Amino acid sequence: MNPSAVTAPTGSGGGGRLSFSRSSQDTLQIAFTGGWKITESLPSLSDVQRELESGSPVRSISFDTTGLTAWDSAYLTFLLQIIEESTQKQIQVSQDGLPEGVRRLLDLATAVPERKGAAKQEKHTPFMERLGTTSVRLWNSNLEVFEFLGETTVAFLKLLVGRARFRPRDLWVTIQECGLEALPIVSLISALVGLIFAFVGAIQLKMFGAQIYVASLVGIAMTRIMGAVMTGIIMAGRTGASFAAQIGTMQANEEIDALKTLGISPMEFLVLPRMLSLMLMMPLLGLYSDFMGILGGMLIGVTVLDLNPMDYYNKTIEAVTLTHIWVGLFHSAVFGVIVSLAGCLRGMQCERSAAAVGNATTSAVVTSIVSIVVATSIITVVCQILDI
Amino acid sequence: MQEKKPHIVVRDLTMAYGDFVLQRDLTFTINHGDIFIIMGGSGCGKSTLLKHLIGLKRPAKGEVLYGDVNFWTAPPEQQEAIIKGIGVLYQSGALWSSMTLAENIALPLEQYTELSSMQIRELVSLKLALVGLKGFEEYYPSEISGGMKKRAGLARAMALDPEILFFDEPSAGLDPISARLLDDLILQLRDSLGATIVIVTHELPSIFAIGNNSVFIDADRKTMIASGDPKVLLKESQDPTVVNFLTRMEAGRRGHVDADKDNRRGTP
Repeated sequence: MNPSAVTAPTGSGGGGRLSFSRSSQDTLQIAFTGGWKITESLPSLSDVQRELESGSPVRSISFDTTGLTAWDSAYLTFLLQIIEESTQKQIQVSQDGLPEGVRRLLDLATAVPERKGAAKQEKHTPFMERLGTTSVRLWNSNLEVFEFLGETTVAFLKLLVGRARFRPRDLWVTIQECGLEALPIVSLISALVGLIFAFVGAIQLKMFGAQIYVASLVGIAMTRIMGAVMTGIIMAGRTGASFAAQIGTMQANEEIDALKTLGISPMEFLVLPRMLSLMLMMPLLGLYSDFMGILGGMLIGVTVLDLNPMDYYNKTIEAVTLTHIWVGLFHSAVFGVIVSLAGCLRGMQCERSAAAVGNATTSAVVTSIVSIVVATSIITVVCQILDI
Repeated sequence: MQEKKPHIVVRDLTMAYGDFVLQRDLTFTINHGDIFIIMGGSGCGKSTLLKHLIGLKRPAKGEVLYGDVNFWTAPPEQQEAIIKGIGVLYQSGALWSSMTLAENIALPLEQYTELSSMQIRELVSLKLALVGLKGFEEYYPSEISGGMKKRAGLARAMALDPEILFFDEPSAGLDPISARLLDDLILQLRDSLGATIVIVTHELPSIFAIGNNSVFIDADRKTMIASGDPKVLLKESQDPTVVNFLTRMEAGRRGHVDADKDNRRGTP
C-alpha cells in the first residue's frame, strides 16, 4: 500500500465505517470496517463522492473488507450505488476484495438489465390533454349510468309480464333487511330530529307566546320533507352501502360471471329484488319516520313547553294536510329509487379487488346522498312553482 | 361418443380490452369428447380466451361457433340454449356465498326445469355425491376448504348435465394429491357423460395426464403458436417457447432440442 495514502475515517457510532486509501495514483481503495447492517448507522454515499472528486482523478476502485464484521442488504445497496456512480464516471470497479456471498448477490442484482419502459414514470400531461381525458371518462361513466338505467327498465318490464327470474325468497329477505330491521335506527333518528325541531322552533315562538305552533311546525316539516330525507340518508348509509358491498363482492368473486354463464341475468336475479324491496319499503319507512318525528316534537311540547297533549294533537291534525303527506311520500318513493339504483349500479361496476369493493361502497353512499339532496331541491322548487 | 366432430370452432378471433389487443388471429377447433387444454405463460390471456368461449366477452373480431351457430349473432333463445349447454368451474369456485351448497346447485335446476323440490333435492345429493361431498348440503361456501369449494363448483357446473365443461385453472391452489384426484374426476366425467372438456391450465402433470388436444397462446407474439395433442407437441414441436414451457426449460426431457439451447434463454 502506498505509504502516502490518505486515510479519512468517516461515520460514527458502533455501525459500519469507511476509510479511503490510494494504492496508486489513480486507484482508490475503499476499506469497510464494522457491521454494515440496516439497523446500524452507516456513512452515506456523499463521502465516497467527495473522495472521488478530491485529489487526482480516479480510474479504478477496489475494496478491502478484511475489517468487515457483518453485512446485509444495506451493504449491498451501498455497493450498488458506488457501482452505478462509477459506471457513470467510467471508473473501473474491481469486486475481488468483496466477500463471496456479496459478489454473488451483486451478480444476481445486475444480471437482468432494467426492462425499458417497465418503470412507471410520473408523466407530465398537458392541461388540455388531462381536460380531454377527464371529459371522455365522465361522459363514459354517464353512458354506463344510462345503460344501467336501460337494463333496469328492461328487467322491470320483464317483471310486469311475469318473465323475470329471481327467487321470491331473496325478495322477502331483502324486504326484511331494509324494512323491518331499519326500524330501530329510523325511530331513533326521526324522533331526535322532531325533538330538535321543536326545541329550535320553541325558542322563537315563545317570544310571541305562540308555543302551540310548534306542533304545526314539526308536523309540516316532518311529513313534507324531513321524514323522507332522513330515511333516505339513513337508507343510503345502511342499505345502499350494503347493496353495493354485496354485489361488488360477488363481482370480485366471479359469482356474477357464474350467474351469467348459467344464463341467469344478474339484473333480474340480484338487482330487481333489491330495487323492488327498497322501493316498497322506503315510502313506508318515510311514513313511519313522520310519525316518530311528530312524537318527538310532542315530547318536547308537553314536557318543556307545558302544552296540553290533546291541544298538540289537534294542532298537528289541523296543520298536516293530506297534500303534505303525499309530497312526503313522493319524496320517499324517489329516494327509494335513487338509493337502490346507486347501490346496485356501483356494485355492478365494481372491479375485482378488495379495494374496489370499498370504493364501490363509498361511491354508492356519496352518489345516493348527493342525488337525494339534488332531488329534494328540484322537487321543492317544482312544488313551489306548481303551488302545491 | 362422437369422435372428431367439431363442437366449438374459433375463427380469426381477436381479443382486446379497449384499444389494447391481447391476442389476435386465434383459429382452432374443439372436437366432441376432447379434453382440450388452453395453455400459455402467465398473463397471456388464457382466462380471457375462456371468457370468450363461454359468452362472457364479445370478440373484438372473428367468431366463436358452437356446432355451426355463431354465438354473438344468434337470437336470444338460441344463445340461452347454448349457455344452458355450458358448465363452468371458476378458478375460486365462485359459489354464491349467500347460499348453501345445496341451494347453489339447486338454483340452475330451479331456473330451467319444472322438477319438484323433492326431485331437485335428490338431484343435488347425487351431484354432490359425484364430487365426493355427500352430506355437505347445508354448508355455506365459507365453511368448507378451497379444494371442497372447487369440487362443489364442479357439482354446480354439472347441474344441468352440460355438453361442454370449462375449467379455469382447476388445480391452482390444490395440493398434488387433490389436483391428481380432480384430474381423475375430469377423466371419469368425460368418459361417463361424454362431455367435451376445456381446461385453462399451466400445470404440466395435468396437461400430459389428461389433455388430448390443445392450443398454446403466447404473450410476446400475441397469437397462438402451437396446437394439437400436448404429448405430440412435447415430442415434435420446434418452437423454443413451446418446448421450454412443456419441459420447464430442462433440456434432458428431450434429446434433439439442444440446437435451440441458445434461443431458449430469456423466453418465459
